[in-house]
This record gives sequence, structure tokens and C-alpha cells, in this order.
Amino acid sequence: MLGALLLAMVWLVANVQSNLERQNINSGFGFLSERAGFGINQTLIDYTEDSSFGRVLTVGLLNTLLVSVFGVFFATVLGFALGVARLSGNWLINKTAMVYVEIFRNVPLLLQIMFWYFGVLRNLPSPRKAVSLGDTMFLSNRGIVVPAIEAASGAGWYVAAFGLSLAAFIWLRRRARLARLADGALMPFWRPLLTVVLASIGVAALLAGVPFSLDVPALKGFNFRGGITVIPEFVALLLALSLYTAAFIAEIVRAGIQSVSKGQREAAAALGLPDKTALRLVVIPQALRVIIPPLTSQYLNLTKNSSLAVAIAYPDIVSVFAGTTLTQVGQAVEIIFITMMIYLSLSLMTSYAMNRYNARIALVGQNT
Amino acid sequence: MSDPVIRINKMNKWFGNFHVLRDIDLNVASGEKIVICGPSGSGKSTLIRCINRLEAHQEGDIEVEGVTLDGSLKNLEDIRSNVGMVFQQFNLFPHMTVLENCTLSPIWVQQKSKAEAETLARELLERVRIPDQADKYPGQLSGGQQQRVAIARALCMNPRIMLFDEPTSALDPEMIKEVLDVMVELAEEGMTMLCVTHEMGFARQVADRVIFMDEGEIVEENAPEAFFSNPENERTKLFLSQVL
Repeated sequence: MLGALLLAMVWLVANVQSNLERQNINSGFGFLSERAGFGINQTLIDYTEDSSFGRVLTVGLLNTLLVSVFGVFFATVLGFALGVARLSGNWLINKTAMVYVEIFRNVPLLLQIMFWYFGVLRNLPSPRKAVSLGDTMFLSNRGIVVPAIEAASGAGWYVAAFGLSLAAFIWLRRRARLARLADGALMPFWRPLLTVVLASIGVAALLAGVPFSLDVPALKGFNFRGGITVIPEFVALLLALSLYTAAFIAEIVRAGIQSVSKGQREAAAALGLPDKTALRLVVIPQALRVIIPPLTSQYLNLTKNSSLAVAIAYPDIVSVFAGTTLTQVGQAVEIIFITMMIYLSLSLMTSYAMNRYNARIALVGQNT
Repeated sequence: MSDPVIRINKMNKWFGNFHVLRDIDLNVASGEKIVICGPSGSGKSTLIRCINRLEAHQEGDIEVEGVTLDGSLKNLEDIRSNVGMVFQQFNLFPHMTVLENCTLSPIWVQQKSKAEAETLARELLERVRIPDQADKYPGQLSGGQQQRVAIARALCMNPRIMLFDEPTSALDPEMIKEVLDVMVELAEEGMTMLCVTHEMGFARQVADRVIFMDEGEIVEENAPEAFFSNPENERTKLFLSQVL
């Protein structure tokens, strides 16, 4: 049995090798340093047509990560809100959440991506007739253009002021919490925080003036110049992934909260805990241990589903590397292998992080 | 009888169309111990759950320590901080240690400091005779120990009244006594107690009054001696012949 399997693999490898030789296709990873020669419409790092295929790989990976991280964030926030809404006593809120979940989880994701891209964003007016929000943000079929903040010298003072405020926030909150637990005293929090924030910004302004300028986008010819452009492919993919995954997360959250027995809420109520405190200290911590494992699968699904980007030509790793690069170089074995390995490592890293978190909140004892 | 701490007047409650409690009248004096018994489905649990409004009643009045239970949140907070409750299924919080279970309400509701709350909790755990389990999780304790933690947890709020909803029904026989002993001690210290229980020995030992309920009504109430030796109502007689 094992021998047959081994034999089959040997034959497969030999077959691939002889076929590649016959078609004059190189093997090995040398192509990664060759010139790519094509442009990419969204790059988080410097990239030109003269960059290498290796650079293409990095750009694609970063784009995949970008849409995945934002997607996971929005899907989680929306999913939790919808999950709680599904349990609301209010008929309207409850049914709205239900209708949302049933629509978004029952329409294929690929269609949803196409809907947002071809159905909505591509049908926005051209840049010349763009929808303007206060003449600083523009919505058109070329994407969303927002003003960029440009910092001149002296901005460092403001960064320092921000850092100081953040440190004050953390320290004051800690102090208030410790004092509250130590002797029940209520420490002032908002007033000293506000003082620190205003004072540090004031000092920064005195020292450096206003070293910021706003780069407001303006229409030049057929398109906008200046500002930051968020391409429609990104917006469409992000919308579709977040809205679709949120529907699944909503059901997971609902099931998690329902898994906490009614007796737990009653005991908390009998102890005089207000509903919100009971939810935060008693129900959610117990619901989380039911929620985390399936939530992890949803995060993995979202990341893997982002490869559907290829349908609307968002430059993710599948689109620019397993797509464009593959057609140019032709080394399918290496390219697909690299791409699969990258997804695999992304998934394993996510799983690992979530499992660590899950282990930390796991229950002790058998009687649960 | 001194001024009653609990006053229930013509109280009625329905679950949907089902009339669970019919015209309940009950006054409880400070320090009084009342045992409520009756066949299952007779409304005895529902009655004591109405006293801290885990269930809302629809008609009549309930007054606890002079505060009326109407939907007002302020009144509800007042009442819940004065009334402790122990459940049949313990309902300890499994993700918190025994000590955290006990200090939750003192810290978050009564705004006590953590140190103060822990001292109080350890004192009460001592009283229910499990001081050495403070740092364990509920899942690591036996049923009897868990129920004693639940009693300590309720006592940490320093309540004036304690409600017990079949506190020994989910326990193995050999653990019933350890819980009842704690309850007897509590009774001897003068706590006002309402217990739904089938432990007739406990009723004889501590109760000032035994109440028999059937089909949502208080059928009979009497001092334990008279109640057990000379029940007046036919339904009471039938019930006692089955449990004694």
C-alpha cells in the first residue's frame, strides 16, 4: 500500500519534470529576482514596473493582509452587534438582524463581491461628476479620495504630546482601578486626563506652531490629484468579505450567549448586579469559550476567501502572483506552491494565536 | 407579631394563560423561618422568585422591608441587596474562583474595596466550613461544597432575608446534611428565611411556620408540630402521607 503510494509519487514527479523539460520551462526559484514589467494599482510599499517578481509577491501578500485585517475587524464588530441584536426583545431589531443574517449568508460570496464592484461602485459617477462630501472627500467610479495629512518639521512635538496623553490615560485608569480595589475610593479620572491632553497640545502648539497641512484632492483633467485614493476593488472586496462573514459571526455569537444557562443570569441578578455588569462579568466570559473556536474558523475563512479578489482584479497575492506572474513566467509548480505555503502559514499563525487565547480563558474543573 | 418585613397582598401571577399563583397573602416577620412545601408545579418556587423579582407578578402587591416591588429599578436594587438567594442548581459562576464568586457583588454592587470584600468572604467561607477552598474553581468542588459556597456568596451581600429554592434537591444524600447544618446555624443566628424544601426534618427543627401550597394556592399554614401531627386539609394529608 505504502509502496504503491511512493511509486505513484515518484512517477508523478518524473512526469512533471519531463513535461517541463519538453516545454522549455525553467524550474527553481530564480525567477523571483527577475524584472516583473507590469504595474499594480495598489501598493503599500514602493513598487514600479522595474521591480522584481519577488517584490510582486510581497506587494500581493501585503494587499491580502490589508484586506484581511480590516475585514476581520469590521466583521467582528458588526457580527457581535448583530449577534446581540438577534437576542433583543425588541421585535424590529431582532427581525432586522435575522433578515440580514439570512440574506448575507445565503448568497454566494463571489456574487456579493461582484455585486458591490460591478453593481454599486463601478456605477458611481465619473470623477468629473463625483459625489463630493464638503469638497474634501470624493466618491467616484475610481474609488474614494480622502485628504491626506502632511506633516512638516515640528510634528514630532505633537507626536510627543499624543504619547504623553496616552501614557496619562493608561496611568490614570490604572491608578483609579487600583484605588477602587484597594479601599473603594473613587479617584478622579476625566478631569486630570483632560488637563494633561490640553496642556500637552498647548505646549506643542507654542513650540512648533501648526506644522500640518492638508493635501486636499482636486480634480485635474480626468482624475483627482492629491489626497489618498482608496481603490474601488479594495472597497468592494472589503465590503463583501466583512458583510458576508459578519452574518456567520452573528450566529456564532448568538449561540455562544445562548449557551450560558439562564441560571447564571438569575444568580447575577439575585446578587444585585445590573444587567450590563452581569453581561460583562458573567455572561460574556462564559460565552467566549464557546465563541472562540468557530470564530477562529471564520477568520481563516475570511483570509482565504480574500483570494476571490481575482474576480474583480484587486491586486491580492493570488491575483498578482498566482495570476499575472504565473502567466508571465509559466512556472506553475513553484508559484502555486509558494502561494499555498503562504496561505497555510497565515492560517496556522491565526489558529495558533486564537488557540492560545482560548486556552487562557478555558474553565478549570470538570463540572461545567 | 412585629411589623412584617415581607408583605404579600392578593398577589396573582400567570405564565401565559396558566394561572401559577392565585390570591397569595403572606406576611413574614423579621427573624421568622418559613418552610414552603407542596407537590411539584404547585408554584412554591415561583412564589419565592417573585419576592426578589426574578419573576414579575401581575396583580396584587409585594412589599419587602417597606419597599414596593413595582417595575422601578431603584426599588429593585434596594430589594436585591437586602435579599439573598440560593438556587437548586447552585448557579455558581464557573469561570471565577470561589473567592471571586463571593466578592463579585460586594465589589461591583456595594463598592467595597477588594481587600475588604476578601476579608468578608473568607470570614463567611469559614462560617460555611470551607475556608481552604477559597482559591479553587466551582468545578473542583463537590455538590455540597458548591451549595455552601452559594450560601456564603449570598451572605456576602449582608442580606436581611434569605430565600432558599430547594437547596438540597440536587445533592447526593450524604451531602444534604452538611448543607442543612449550615442552614440551621443561620436560622439560629436569627436570619429571616423562606425555604422551599422537602426536608421535613429541617422543617420540624427550625421552622416557625410551614406553608403547604397546591395548584398555586396556599392551602394550609401552621406551626410545624400542628402541621405534621394534625393537618386539616385533605390535600395536605395526601401530600404528607407521600413524603413522610
